[in-house]
Amino acid sequence: MSRPTLSAALAAAAAFSLTACGGGDAGTDPAAGGPIAVEAKDESCGVARSEAAAGQITFEVSNKGSRVTEFYLYAEGDRIMGEVENIAPGLTRRLIVEVADGGKYQTSCRPGMTGDGIRADFTVTGGATRQVDTDARLAEATEGYQTYVANQADAFDAKTKEFVAAVKAGEVDEAKALYPVARTYWERIEPVAESFGDLDPRTDAREADLEPGQEWTGWHRLEKELWVTGLSADAPAVADTLATDVAEIVTRSKAVELTPLDLANGAKGLLDEVATGKITGEEDIFSHTDLWDFQANVEGSQAAIAALRPVVVERDPALVKTLEERFAAVTDLLAAQRRGDGFKLYTDLSPEQVKAFATAVDALSEPISKVAEVVAQK
Amino acid sequence: MTGPGESGAAVNGTGAGKQAGVSRRRLFGLTGAGVAVAGLGAAAGAPATDAPRVRPTAADPAAPVPFRGEHQAGIVTPAQDRTHFVAFDVTTRDRAELRDLLREWTAAAERMTRGEEAEPDGAVGGGAAAPPADTGEALGLPASALTLTIGFGPSLFDDRFGLAGQRPPALIDLPRFPKDNLDPNRTGGDLCVQACANDPQVAVHAIRNLARVGFGRVAVRWSQLGFGRTSSTSTAQATPRNLFGFKDGTNNLKAEDPAGLAEHVWVAESDGPPWMVGGSYLVARRIRMRVETWDRAPLAEQEAIVGRRKGSGAPLGQQDEFDPVDPHVRGAGGVPVIAEDAHVRLASAEALEGARILRRGYNFADGSDGLGHLDAGLFFLCFNRDTRTRFVPMQRALSSKDPMMEYLEHNGSGHFAVPPGVRDGQYWGQGLFG
Repeated sequence: MSRPTLSAALAAAAAFSLTACGGGDAGTDPAAGGPIAVEAKDESCGVARSEAAAGQITFEVSNKGSRVTEFYLYAEGDRIMGEVENIAPGLTRRLIVEVADGGKYQTSCRPGMTGDGIRADFTVTGGATRQVDTDARLAEATEGYQTYVANQADAFDAKTKEFVAAVKAGEVDEAKALYPVARTYWERIEPVAESFGDLDPRTDAREADLEPGQEWTGWHRLEKELWVTGLSADAPAVADTLATDVAEIVTRSKAVELTPLDLANGAKGLLDEVATGKITGEEDIFSHTDLWDFQANVEGSQAAIAALRPVVVERDPALVKTLEERFAAVTDLLAAQRRGDGFKLYTDLSPEQVKAFATAVDALSEPISKVAEVVAQK
Repeated sequence: MTGPGESGAAVNGTGAGKQAGVSRRRLFGLTGAGVAVAGLGAAAGAPATDAPRVRPTAADPAAPVPFRGEHQAGIVTPAQDRTHFVAFDVTTRDRAELRDLLREWTAAAERMTRGEEAEPDGAVGGGAAAPPADTGEALGLPASALTLTIGFGPSLFDDRFGLAGQRPPALIDLPRFPKDNLDPNRTGGDLCVQACANDPQVAVHAIRNLARVGFGRVAVRWSQLGFGRTSSTSTAQATPRNLFGFKDGTNNLKAEDPAGLAEHVWVAESDGPPWMVGGSYLVARRIRMRVETWDRAPLAEQEAIVGRRKGSGAPLGQQDEFDPVDPHVRGAGGVPVIAEDAHVRLASAEALEGARILRRGYNFADGSDGLGHLDAGLFFLCFNRDTRTRFVPMQRALSSKDPMMEYLEHNGSGHFAVPPGVRDGQYWGQGLFG
């Protein structure tokens, strides 16, 4: 099941970086000349200064009017740089905006929180050097990984359809054989694939994770029916819904725009999935096919790191060496548990074997968590 | 502990004359019981029953906290550094035996909160052939702001003791929250006692001796040690950090906010039942933190999940720790600076229609899990006026939406009705059993 989804965490991180670029904890930047008072009334918007130096700019917006208001800073083309909404009459609220580039901006008070607002020009002087991602190899890394995601997504779609067909035909043995295989493609690209709204809970919710009143659908419901309770009358409908949801996930996964940081954080996230779900046997609690998912998470993590390798090896060769050794250690442990085309069941592992997996995954996760910083270096 | 004069001064917050390091027990041994008891009388008598229970333990971590008062101590008492929390099953079926136990416990608890032994001269003053009546490990230690707070669990109100009719409607069986993984051996209980002190040995001593008094009538169901308070309950206290490294409880209700406490913590007459007026409801949750995976998360992600800066504790988009959380600030492209699912936003009173709780949790680290990971986390304790309208909606929002849940596992839980304070001549829960 889900971790903080990649896109959600990164969207939040992006919002956060708005104020973070100034470095360290928030504080007024004296170079910017201190907070700029804004007196917002029903008919006017008094901005104490109409000019500020590039960097962190702080507005203190006081609503002196009678209507709830909001305040915006726009870049050209009405691109929102920052806004503070829902300022009740009599209240003062703060907006801290990181403005990297000098140029023409606009302030706007919106009494009643509608319309275009009361606009005024605002000039930002100077300008920090804009951090443009000029590294073509990082762009290649992202592109290469997106191709990987697309390929896995297609296979996920195809294998899910086979699984669904087996469930609908009542072919229990075949469905059980296909279950861990189809999930492999999902688990390889999970940080991307689980980031789409309620599609993750619809397809991958575990019984223990359900909210009151939430209908249980998806993989794990069918897992329980196949391994424990027998296929219910609803199983064909559940299977059809799964096929539809997976098709949607596939379409969206192929369309998603990734950054190099997404790759690095996704590689880490996949190992966190292993540490919290697979090593404890909680993911596939009825089928005990956790090692299939484990292997797929590790492969997906390895694919993301491999895509970034040309950049990371140049900036931190020792880190790449460590990663390769520790990936190999985890892969060797998994290989030792292979049985035929698949793996030993989780319940057949000894406590010592589980401990060895946990230790190897920890040893790998720690250096993987450092990749993002290396990729972010300019 | 100190003599009568210093003791009274310390309780009133001007403990300058306090002789550090001289315990009451030591004095007890030197000068005899009479002097010490007189001193205690002065200390315990000073706070009239209606006086607010705010005591400057931050200034004098060794001083005693009065046991009696309008409310039980250990709720708005400035949070001490350590806790030992215990839940008991009642094993007797005899209501009178249970009532007698509560009387005996009250006497022992009051003595121990003064820095005395569980029984007068109990550690070494009895016969050589008898096991000592006090276990002795707190001899020579000061009161250390020990508070002992009792609560009654939902299961007490079954058919065993004729209490079914007195169960407060607010004392619900907690619902199952998404992602709960509760261990029956860390959940529930007929009774609980929360011991908090600035010295862990004092807290453990208190629980150990109460458990001992209770043998044959109650049995320990589960217990939890906590170190490093994770909340401040007084504006005189700095906000401490939890094991995620973040300041925790910045927006907590504080002792200095009587209106807030009246609205959100204390059971009012209009709430009923009468025996609970002036009491509160305690929710305990053992929250394991997956600290190893958390520690690998980038700083930006950690701060985005919490909604605060890790260093200063300032809400994202603001400058100082105590700046109000402003959920209406948006950054580039109109993206909220505090994410829609950030912890501070989901737990904020604004998101919960004004509902607030008084948090009083502690960090814990109970060894390791056998897989090379620390069994560590937050022992969450909170007090609220009605769990149905405060804790439950808050936990529902957090357990289903908070990305932090990926790093958490709730594996223990308890819910207890905490009766009002013990007045002179009364015993714990007299309003219920009397």
